[in-house]
Amino acid sequence: MSTATDTIEEFVNKEYQYGFVTDVETDTIKPGLSEDVVRLISAKKNEPPFMLEWRLKAYRHWLTLKEPTWQQAHYPPIDYQASIYYAAPKPKKVLGSLDEVDPELLKTFDKLGISLNEQKRLTGVAVDAVVDSVSVATTFSKELAKHGVIFCSFSEAVQKHPELIEKYLGSVVPYTDNFFAALNSAVFSDGSFCYIPKGVRCPMELSTYFRINTANTGQFERTLIVAEEGAYVSYLEGCTAPMRDENQLHAAVVELIALGTKTEIKYSTVQNWYPGDKNGKGGIYNFVTKRGKCLGASSKISWTQVETGSAITWKYPSVLLQGDNSVGEFYSVALTNNYQQADTGTKMIHIGKNTRSTIISKGISAGRGQNSYRGQVKILKSASGARNFSQCDSLLVGDKCGAHTFPYIEVKNTSSQVEHEASTSKIGEDQIFYCNQRGIATQDAVNMIVNGFCKEVFRELPMEFAVEAQKLLGVSLEGSVG
Amino acid sequence: MNQPLLEIKNLQAGVENKQILKGINLTINAGEVHAVMGPNGSGKSTLAAILAGRDGYDITGGTVLFRGQDLLEMDPEVRAREGVFLAFQYPVEIPGVNSTYFLKAALNEVRKHRGLPELDALEFLQVVKDKMKLLELNEDLLKRPVNAGFSGGEKKRNEIFQMAVLEPALAILDETDSGLDIDALKIVATGVNRLKRPDSAQLVITHYQRLLDYIIPDFVHVLYNGQIVRTGGKELALELEEKGYDWIIQPHAAA
Repeated sequence: MSTATDTIEEFVNKEYQYGFVTDVETDTIKPGLSEDVVRLISAKKNEPPFMLEWRLKAYRHWLTLKEPTWQQAHYPPIDYQASIYYAAPKPKKVLGSLDEVDPELLKTFDKLGISLNEQKRLTGVAVDAVVDSVSVATTFSKELAKHGVIFCSFSEAVQKHPELIEKYLGSVVPYTDNFFAALNSAVFSDGSFCYIPKGVRCPMELSTYFRINTANTGQFERTLIVAEEGAYVSYLEGCTAPMRDENQLHAAVVELIALGTKTEIKYSTVQNWYPGDKNGKGGIYNFVTKRGKCLGASSKISWTQVETGSAITWKYPSVLLQGDNSVGEFYSVALTNNYQQADTGTKMIHIGKNTRSTIISKGISAGRGQNSYRGQVKILKSASGARNFSQCDSLLVGDKCGAHTFPYIEVKNTSSQVEHEASTSKIGEDQIFYCNQRGIATQDAVNMIVNGFCKEVFRELPMEFAVEAQKLLGVSLEGSVG
Repeated sequence: MNQPLLEIKNLQAGVENKQILKGINLTINAGEVHAVMGPNGSGKSTLAAILAGRDGYDITGGTVLFRGQDLLEMDPEVRAREGVFLAFQYPVEIPGVNSTYFLKAALNEVRKHRGLPELDALEFLQVVKDKMKLLELNEDLLKRPVNAGFSGGEKKRNEIFQMAVLEPALAILDETDSGLDIDALKIVATGVNRLKRPDSAQLVITHYQRLLDYIIPDFVHVLYNGQIVRTGGKELALELEEKGYDWIIQPHAAA
């Protein structure tokens, strides 16, 4: 009994490693939300009129909405007037290269182990670093430009490619979609934009690191990825945030569009925002809307996520399978401990013929963590020959946590096939003792078992992310021997 | 080198309020094979579990020294690294954890503890290949998760295979013969016999004499009602096979 309990205690008591605050001058507006604030944000960003119009429509629509309460999560009501809706680090001068970036910020990235200098020299990962709300540095843009790939901050895209933004912004997640998407649409401050032209295979993994840094700042990121016919892109998103007492709201929107035949977008996330302390105090509220649209025939959108942070996660990366033979995938690991709550899953909407989707969800609950899988598989009448396979596995560590599964399946076509498998298991004392008896300490045994449980999902991550994900779960690397 | 490998003195233990072991005395020297036999419920598996350090038992008296050190004070993983190996009666399945990875981690923990360099994947595979032949195990088993979906016989052979890789100083075989057909039994016994070394010892716990046709013990102990009631040579096992346990336990049951 006690060995297993000790492990859980250790798990639970692990301090958040990334709890530090960067001391950078910040340009912050007063807390609160109104039409004036929306106008101010738009003006600060020097946006064209269509953007302001869109933001205002979103804001007015948001006013008519009520915060959703259907999710399996409990938290005190959020005071939206207490949040700050715009904060940007003040650059000391116009930035031309990394050398000019605030050294404090660079130090922050060093602490996170994602130093831009290093990144630049190494693996060919282009990094668009978002600190608070404004992109600070973009690397590799020249190399990308050679291939006609646009990869820049959202603000820059609004200035340089307004026609693309106007055409695609909100085309997958309209501002009317839900409460948090409407809020984001009204006040989003920055994010990333990516455009891959016809037939181009993006020569490197694109990567963004988000970080919430100003106390009491709601952060509203917006990512838009548009890939033309036959294009391929792999996009990585990694998140760490410093330690804060107040709960911080994060409501991002990510839109993916696979336009033509055989277009492929792969989107991977590793999220380890501050989960709150061991008594459930503090932590990020992560209420995100992520959706992709497979418009072209045989196009493919693949979501992979490793969610280990945030006090509350509310997130359902989804795929609209519109093109015939298009493919949607969702691979997820969600870990909750202490008082963390995660309600996450996916929606696969089959519209085109012979569309296929795969859902692999792994939920790990420890401490008093609550983990819910919520997924919808919808096969419309038009989707003849559509197929779905879903697998939802839950792993419990200790006896105070919970796992919940809410699968919604809606099939309107008789020629389609839907499979759903689910399992719940517990790390048993017998398993721990067996490992101990072979010389493996309890913490290592737990890591080994958790890592094994998540293997199917880690396999989907790009190499450098898989390593980070395994580290994040406190897991020793599982070798591929044999 | 006259220090015994294992020295159990007056060991008393139980669960909650039930006393199971009522004063066990047993000394094992390097190079010896000991068999502990006894009817169901006599405390055989409890003895194995306590030596390996399984949680949930109250130790109420006595001492256990392993190479002169207090074994009962050590965490189970430390005992394993020191060279105490338990072949489980019911090997545990660990889904998702690759057998090769598991065993490599285990071996490297043992090597680290002994101040030896860790083996890399290639060196480890070489060790494994040699030992697999010994147990006539299919290499495919190593690609599967630990014990997951193994047959009863495969699980038992896998235990002895792990023992072969880890080279323990004291191997405790807890009813390794149960659930094995005669062919598997021979393979397991042959494996165990080949693993005998002058500097190590084996403690074979069994209900039936059958296994002892193949693993020849130096000493046979009869455990009954939490105590060793008789100790003899290998012929004692044969006598038990012939006459059953009653003739030994009768006087103790009456007492």
